[in-house]
Amino acid sequence: MGLIFKIIKFEFSNALRSKWVIFYFSFFLILSFLMFNFEDETGKAVLSLMNIVLIVIPLVSIIFGTMYVYNSNDYIQMVLCQPLDRRSLYFGLYLGNAVPLALSFVAGIFIGFVFTGADTAGITPVLILTINGFALTLIFTSIAFLTAIKFSDKARGLGAAILIWLMLAVIYDGLILFVTYFFRDYPIENIILGISLINPIDLARIFFILDFNISALMGYTGALFNKFFGTSLGVLVSAGLMILWFIIPFLLGLRSFNKKDF
Amino acid sequence: MKIYFSISCIFFFLLAIQIKIYADKIIVDKNTAVNSVSKAIEIAKPYDEIIIKSGNYKEGNIIITKPLRFIGEDSPVIDGENQYEIFTVHADDVSISGIIFKNAGVSYLKENAAVRFENTKNGIVSNCRFFGNFFGVYLAKSRNCKVINNYFEAYGKKETSSGNGIHLWYCRESEITGNKIKGHRDGIYLEFVTQTTISKNYGVNNLRYGLHFMFSDSCRYYTNHFEKNSAGVAVMYSRYVDMEGNMFSNNWGPASYGLLLKDISRSKILKNYFIENTTGIFIEGCDGSEFLNNQFEKNGWAIKLMANSMENIFSSNNFIANTFDLSTNSRQNFNKFNANYWSKYDGYDLDKDGIGDVPYRPVKLYSIMAQQNEPSLILLNSLFIDLLNIAESVFPSLTPETLIDQSPLMRKLN
Repeated sequence: MGLIFKIIKFEFSNALRSKWVIFYFSFFLILSFLMFNFEDETGKAVLSLMNIVLIVIPLVSIIFGTMYVYNSNDYIQMVLCQPLDRRSLYFGLYLGNAVPLALSFVAGIFIGFVFTGADTAGITPVLILTINGFALTLIFTSIAFLTAIKFSDKARGLGAAILIWLMLAVIYDGLILFVTYFFRDYPIENIILGISLINPIDLARIFFILDFNISALMGYTGALFNKFFGTSLGVLVSAGLMILWFIIPFLLGLRSFNKKDF
Repeated sequence: MKIYFSISCIFFFLLAIQIKIYADKIIVDKNTAVNSVSKAIEIAKPYDEIIIKSGNYKEGNIIITKPLRFIGEDSPVIDGENQYEIFTVHADDVSISGIIFKNAGVSYLKENAAVRFENTKNGIVSNCRFFGNFFGVYLAKSRNCKVINNYFEAYGKKETSSGNGIHLWYCRESEITGNKIKGHRDGIYLEFVTQTTISKNYGVNNLRYGLHFMFSDSCRYYTNHFEKNSAGVAVMYSRYVDMEGNMFSNNWGPASYGLLLKDISRSKILKNYFIENTTGIFIEGCDGSEFLNNQFEKNGWAIKLMANSMENIFSSNNFIANTFDLSTNSRQNFNKFNANYWSKYDGYDLDKDGIGDVPYRPVKLYSIMAQQNEPSLILLNSLFIDLLNIAESVFPSLTPETLIDQSPLMRKLN
């Protein structure tokens, strides 16, 4: 345990020294500052922020995570020469990367919110935004680690990471659209709901738009979704799926890391 | 002497006429001989004034066949005991004010109302309050009636088992002003009504429509506010209707519209304010109407325009932060959009004349997809959808090609 903390501490100071995290933090700070300043209504500002968060966080997390592992290659080799177990190193590396990213996002949004748009009524959407952003950071960093460890070649690994992002952020939605059109004569609402739940970006997005009462636009479908997400079962299922998206790549990455010949 | 006699005769005769012209006041009070409204009506002469003192009157159905003025003092309550119609007026020139009407009974056959005018002229209901009635004020085949500054509240749970606040049927030249109507089926209902003005009313939380308007030509409604009605306001099968300065807000639900227009022609929709409705205006089968200077803000759909509408003009409106500005169900378009402000417009204005140099297409591909195929709304705010919309706006293949605002404004109108 002590070893993990030692590595995290080192990674933290490393992250702070690299300008990336500072830049990431100030990006969200300026963004939330501007949004809360220019929109009269917190809800509307959060909606705009969410649109950006859903694109930027997965992309940055996955690319930054992959690059991070490749750049730490020498360091990993050096540390592994010492008598210590690989699990601690993996945990340390992961947390040392994901936590600064997640924290700088949360801090950026919250500082902007507190200084400009702070009103108690708007706190719920802001909380949902930060929780979703936090979860997406953890998920996409763990996917990034898995990719980077699986592919020894930097170019291929980075390509795969971008492809995964593209798949989840854009192409997957295209598939959903295709399914809704192809099977539109059938009652496919439940199936659509199921398919959308599988993708973490869609899950975060749907959770968010339903919170904005946009479900009324969807008529029957919306009522169905609202019914699902309104129950504790729905919340548990979606939270569970988010956790699975984090744990499975993380453990797979750990397994490969344990076996890998650096 | 004879002369004196005749003079005094004339004097007394004049006095008698005088009495006839100056109406009597009859006071209804629980503690006096005249202790019920029906008794007062019985002894009253036409054009008498009946003053009802405070108290709780339960007299079943009260039928009025003479022109009388009813004035309530210190809020008397007349109760229909959930069984009867309360006032049924068959005479002209009846005015009713300051009375609380309660519990007119539900009857599907007779449509019981708290106050019903039947075949009359010049009736007035003002400053009354209505609680838990089936129908509030019911005007049938009457003309030149006024319903002013009343308060209506009903507690119905279902559309089918509750009545309307103010109900007009075959009426003309009437005026409905300053009423507040809550929890009825339709706040105000008009059928076969002409030349009637509806203004400054507030319809809220009604089970169906705030205002429901059928086969009513040449009516005018302005500065009303309709809020949180489960289906908004419906105007159907009418011509020459003027709607001005009304506010439609928070009519939010799967089947809600701010304003539903069906088969309307030659009408004017001016300076109205639509905020946070699922659909701001739903337009079906309308022609030759003008939609000018309206404001659409934060609606799901600002306008749903069905393709059987033609020759309508949409100009100088503000479209601000709606999920969808416009959707339609055809590639054909026979309406004109010109010089509106669209908050989603991203063109430029090189010559700085306040008009964007690039035309704006308010119908996005996704709004058409969402209309045809509801489940695809689950992709709202998705990056993929944004990309599709951009692609479609460059090469329109599914959206109506001619539905274009050629001169979108750069700044919103006040």
